[in-house]
Amino acid sequence: MSEAILATNGLTRLFGGLAAANDVSIELERGKLHAVLGPNGAGKTTLINLLSGDLAASAGSITYKGENITRHSADRRSRIGIGRSYQKTNIFPAFTAFENCRLAAQSRVPRAMRIFTVAGAYRPVCDVAERALEAAGLAGRRDRIASAMSHGEQRQLEIAMVLATAPEVLLLDEPLAGMGAEEAARMVELLKQLAPHHAILLVEHDMDAVFAVADVITVMVNGQVLESGPPAQIRASAAVRQAYLGTDTEAAST
Amino acid sequence: MSRQRFALGATLVALALFPLAGATFYTELVTKVMILAIFALSLDLLVGYTGLVSFGHAAYYGIGAYALGLLAPKYEAANLWLTLPAAVLAAGIAALAVGVFVVRVKGIYFIMVTLAFAQMFYFIFHDTKIGRGSDGISMNFKPVAAIGSFMPFDLGNTTHVYYFVLVLLLVVFVFLRVVLRSPFGRALMGIRSNEHRMRSLGYPVYWYKLASFAVAGALAGLAGYLSALQFGFVNPELLSWHQSGNVLLMLILGGIGSLYGAVVGAFAFVALAEIFQALTRHWQLLLGATIVLLVIFLPGGLASVAARFRRTLIGEADHE
Repeated sequence: MSEAILATNGLTRLFGGLAAANDVSIELERGKLHAVLGPNGAGKTTLINLLSGDLAASAGSITYKGENITRHSADRRSRIGIGRSYQKTNIFPAFTAFENCRLAAQSRVPRAMRIFTVAGAYRPVCDVAERALEAAGLAGRRDRIASAMSHGEQRQLEIAMVLATAPEVLLLDEPLAGMGAEEAARMVELLKQLAPHHAILLVEHDMDAVFAVADVITVMVNGQVLESGPPAQIRASAAVRQAYLGTDTEAAST
Repeated sequence: MSRQRFALGATLVALALFPLAGATFYTELVTKVMILAIFALSLDLLVGYTGLVSFGHAAYYGIGAYALGLLAPKYEAANLWLTLPAAVLAAGIAALAVGVFVVRVKGIYFIMVTLAFAQMFYFIFHDTKIGRGSDGISMNFKPVAAIGSFMPFDLGNTTHVYYFVLVLLLVVFVFLRVVLRSPFGRALMGIRSNEHRMRSLGYPVYWYKLASFAVAGALAGLAGYLSALQFGFVNPELLSWHQSGNVLLMLILGGIGSLYGAVVGAFAFVALAEIFQALTRHWQLLLGATIVLLVIFLPGGLASVAARFRRTLIGEADHE
């Protein structure tokens, strides 16, 4: 039996009377890319926020490497290896691309609290930042101020920053959103490279991308898991087609 | 960068030569300004680099001042080397204790809660016998800098006090520069820029903000101590919200988040106050109007003037 590195059990989040995530139980495995599909408002981002600690769970539990982390703060979850990217670009706009990543990498070293050293002179952290920029295809944009980068580049930076924290679990919230075709293709390549060494949760609207990279797909509707399984099963599922994919094709054909 | 270094060096030389002009009144005035500059620098760490707008920073200034007032014996001189670290420590500990509560809240709430704590300290000194109430404490003797029987300088001498304060201003300035280049300082700037993302990158943001608040408080305590040393007198007004407001105005005048802006702001604030006081009894009206105009037309503060001048008049390219 393959073992899950991150698992949820009955995870629920209520906003007033509305269950944005309702009894969600999913598992992420190392070396597998787990995509989450669903119409707007299905609870995909809520799920990521619950896993990353940006939101507190109303009920249910989250287990990481056998440890219950349901009550861990967001920064603690990041430090134990759960990294996330944001759907809405969430960077340090006034810093260079490099400094964005350097700051991310710095969070991993105990010397981060030190006062009498020069931050930019500590090689190991700088090297991690350089590699993250390169992996995300931003090596040539190293010294650009983040706010002056194109939207697509900012999306790449968003990913580079997560990579710089060297996470074991990647929670990626629509990394392809707003990217051009070329940038999107490169991001899909990057996802394929990352998948063997990470446990990835991918929320994405781009169907082609999802079916190209996903090992497991979970379809969510109204905060609940509708169906979960390999891409072929999801593609063939009548329930999924009716609830989600079908409406799209009907809309497209009319 | 080198231009900035040149400006700093020139300022330092000018300040070092200033007492040689021999005008005691102005030597004392500039001493006062440099003390306020240390105070403003301490607040810049919070406002300019951590993104925490404190409206109660005078509390730690006042605690540093009262530390000297309370520690000074009645019939002999206090020792500088004991009372100064004690004052810095007392202000730092007070800021740490307050920080435990206040750095949990954000924005307007942070402003109000820091003000509330400062008011509490104000009333402790104003309404209790601890610091002899609203009359405050007059010190009969200036502290002495004696190390055993060796006396390196005389704090009863205006010029000596001037240079002592100048050295401390330089020390605080360099200390903050070093801190801001360090991993810790970079993390503070990250928190100022995007606290949410810092948290999701794994930074325990709370502890960083708390450390920043405590260090800023300790440095404000240093400034307060020096003020008490210079004037030989402390009273609750040192902790009043006017004082907290004034130091914020100095930062706004000079430019937030540039260190030298804090120093420029302290000089500008005192200079404007002196000029307007000479003109009219309603000088605060003029000062207020000046600040309003400055904020509207020069949002980067006086420290941004040089850069603006280069850009607009000389047409220098706006490098990134």
